[in-house]
Amino acid sequence: MLEVRGLQVVINSDLQVVRKVDLSVPKGTIHGLIGESGCGKTMTGMAILGLLPKGAGLQAGTFTFEGTDLLSGAATLRGRRIALVSQDPAAALNPVLRVGRQMDDVLRTHSNVAKPARRAQAAALLAATGLPDPDRVLNAYPHQLSGGMQQRVVIAQALATGADFLIADEPTTALDVTVGAQVLALLRRLVAQRGLTILMITHDMDVVAEVCDRASVLYAGITVEEGPTEALLRAPRHPYTKALLAALPDARPKGQRLAALEGAIPPPRQIIQGCAFAPRCPMAMPVCATPPPRRTEGERFWLCHLEARDA
Amino acid sequence: MSLVKRLGLPGTLCLCVVVVFALAAMLAPFVAPYAAQGIGTPNISAKFQPPSAAYWLGTDHLGRDMLSRVIYGARVSMTTGVLIVAVSLLIGLPVGLLAGYFGGWADEGFMRITDIFLAFPALLLAVLMAAALGAGMLNCIISVAVTWWPWYARLARAEVLVLRNQPYVEAARLMGVSPPRILLRHILPAALRPLGVQAALDVGPALLTASALSFLGLGVLPPTADWGQMVDAGRPFFPARWWYAVSPGVAIFLLALAFSVLGDALRATGRRDA
Amino acid sequence: MALARYLLRRLVLSVFVVLGVTMLVFTVAQVVPSDPAALYAGPRPTAALIAKARETLHLDAPLPERFLTFAHAMATADFGVSYKSRRAISQDLAVYLPATLELAIFSTGLALLIGIPSGVIAAARRGGLLDRLGGLSSIVAVAMPTFFLAMLLQGVFCQWLGLLPLSGRIGKEFSVIDPVPFVTGFMLIDTALAARFDAFRDAMAHLILPGLTLAAYPAGVAMRLTRSAMIEILERRHILAARALGLSEARILFGHALPNAVGPALTVIGLSFAYALTGAVLVEIVFAWPGLGRYVSEAILSKDFPVIAAAALVVTLCYVAMNLILDMVQALVDPRVALT
Repeated sequence: MLEVRGLQVVINSDLQVVRKVDLSVPKGTIHGLIGESGCGKTMTGMAILGLLPKGAGLQAGTFTFEGTDLLSGAATLRGRRIALVSQDPAAALNPVLRVGRQMDDVLRTHSNVAKPARRAQAAALLAATGLPDPDRVLNAYPHQLSGGMQQRVVIAQALATGADFLIADEPTTALDVTVGAQVLALLRRLVAQRGLTILMITHDMDVVAEVCDRASVLYAGITVEEGPTEALLRAPRHPYTKALLAALPDARPKGQRLAALEGAIPPPRQIIQGCAFAPRCPMAMPVCATPPPRRTEGERFWLCHLEARDA
Repeated sequence: MSLVKRLGLPGTLCLCVVVVFALAAMLAPFVAPYAAQGIGTPNISAKFQPPSAAYWLGTDHLGRDMLSRVIYGARVSMTTGVLIVAVSLLIGLPVGLLAGYFGGWADEGFMRITDIFLAFPALLLAVLMAAALGAGMLNCIISVAVTWWPWYARLARAEVLVLRNQPYVEAARLMGVSPPRILLRHILPAALRPLGVQAALDVGPALLTASALSFLGLGVLPPTADWGQMVDAGRPFFPARWWYAVSPGVAIFLLALAFSVLGDALRATGRRDA
Repeated sequence: MALARYLLRRLVLSVFVVLGVTMLVFTVAQVVPSDPAALYAGPRPTAALIAKARETLHLDAPLPERFLTFAHAMATADFGVSYKSRRAISQDLAVYLPATLELAIFSTGLALLIGIPSGVIAAARRGGLLDRLGGLSSIVAVAMPTFFLAMLLQGVFCQWLGLLPLSGRIGKEFSVIDPVPFVTGFMLIDTALAARFDAFRDAMAHLILPGLTLAAYPAGVAMRLTRSAMIEILERRHILAARALGLSEARILFGHALPNAVGPALTVIGLSFAYALTGAVLVEIVFAWPGLGRYVSEAILSKDFPVIAAAALVVTLCYVAMNLILDMVQALVDPRVALT
């Protein structure tokens, strides 16, 4: 459904926030986009939505959504086919407008239905996101709702656009664990029931493990590894993926300290010659100063000088 | 750092305007082309002359040179504008400092008093006061200052509330420094900067208020030249003899504009330094 | 109920403010150097007449008692008689107050209508030509003396171009020849009630220039406040979210961002109303508007202190009432206010 090859986003012609992102998201799946903060996940999402900040330059080998070229006509798909489920629902909802009004604004932008019918639509959408009393929610201001309810409203808004591709940007980060799990289950259910496709932006491997069919690992604005979740978790190929997995609480044996990575992501101003991860990589070799080769294996690929068996 | 860089181009330009007006006011007897007419001597034979080489801004209904009148008017306007702010500051600053530092019921009572003053539309109270006191420059200054000091008192109080809990003030207190000394040595100097910027910003509005009073006949009385009063005097002859009312009106506008832009520039440098 | 408690607190505070203002007006009346009895006694006062006036005005009573008498009179809208015209001040106020209120409300509306949209557009096109132009005109509006602007507008639009009426509230044909009945004292409402649409248009034409004069300064402030509030709001995440949902730019600006700027807008209403009420003294003179401002300015010249005091008190009352209403609206529109 979404095909991205060599996506590059440069702000003010010297900040490389996205260097080389590859993504391939088939219809009806949940695709994880994982990495530390500052590695270009959100910017990739914004590029897909056509909402890059002023002064941002966009380049890509391939950047298409079901055959539509997003390089030129991104704005036409935003809010029609593609919608955003924003992180931190408390901030994503307008504090001074009632939920009903905010739902209605979305609905009337995308259809010509009369107002009472739109109200029914809004209630139905809220119900579809598992909100028990849609009418009460429609009359409420956002601050009167709990975090979980707010996130459901945000999802309902995204559905109200009629989009079949959602970009969920850290949808559970602002929620506590049990509520977050419910929201993830809801997204999973929506994919099954409505045939949605979701790009799940997250820094949390648990989220990927829980709901994603496939995932891409981003480092310094580069897709360093991509593949089916199960294979990725069971046998990570790229050292960075391994490091991320080692940071998971249940992945390490009892008593072992969290394998925190030394160093930091290269800043966006830095021009990267070889492997972006080499300075922090425990297995770095002299050859890592040159661009890493793209290795493939079945449905997955990664960028590393190491052979699969060495990794 | 150069002045232009600190204040920006508009700020520097406006500083120049203010300086020019101030110099003209101070040196009025020397720079005014017809000093005697500036003070008020009539010159009936030349009444209502349009602007010309001899009379750059024309003449008024008594034939007096408008340029000289405007230059002499700058004396009154500059003095009133600056003095209004100074007097307000002189009342408001101590009150605000003491209230903020000592707190308690004195602070509470003082806050309610400023509430009452601020609930009154400022110009109205000034008109009321000026009407009660009668015309004249001093009365005009007192009338406006009475309505303005609560602003400075509040501002000073807010500054003190922040400064009072600064570590160095805390330290001075623990070392047994007496409260008056803490206020004068530690709090006052730090509070002066933001208050000073506000005061600079307020000279413009002070000038406008004073000129409004004088337009109403509550300011300086003729024959002393005063801009607000001159606009009022020239009003019946507008627009046919436009120069009469326009010259002093533009002078008020320019000076108020210069002070307000200059104040904005000062505030911006304050923010950059912070 | 947080909201009810909040409103009650504001109400109590307002009562105190009104009391304080009454005391202030009374105090100012005490410092008047001229002898009110002498003024009251008429143009050629004899000692006997002055003594009689002192008695009528209770000037010999002790100060606290005089204050109580004064406060009681003010509370019952008994403002006494004008020293000069000997007419009951409350009767004069009934005519002049609506004239000034009409002007104040009209100019406040005008200020919002001009200031807020231009602030929104300036924020949306930050750094652009419209933004700079707006910034420049707001500085000019703030530094322009009200009475000078009034004079300039009158000179250009009435005397020079002849587009709008020179002065007054309504033309002679509707005030003298075929008068519109006095109902509320608001010319626009009275003409509309009488279904006299030509008169309504005429009243509107008379309102434009004085209204514009009084709107200039608050419109400038409104633009600045709206602009800075909008710039901050447009950075917020819910605006990005609204964009991502495909809402149109106009709906985002005016439907989603602007309601968050209600605070500054209400501030402007309060400020504009107060400015118009007091600026009326200046503008009404220039435009010969038969309102409170002209009434006061005439009273000033003749040292008619009861009139000045009554007008000051009434204007302050309007001002306090307006602020109270604005506080309520703020609390209702933004439900978070009452909680803080």
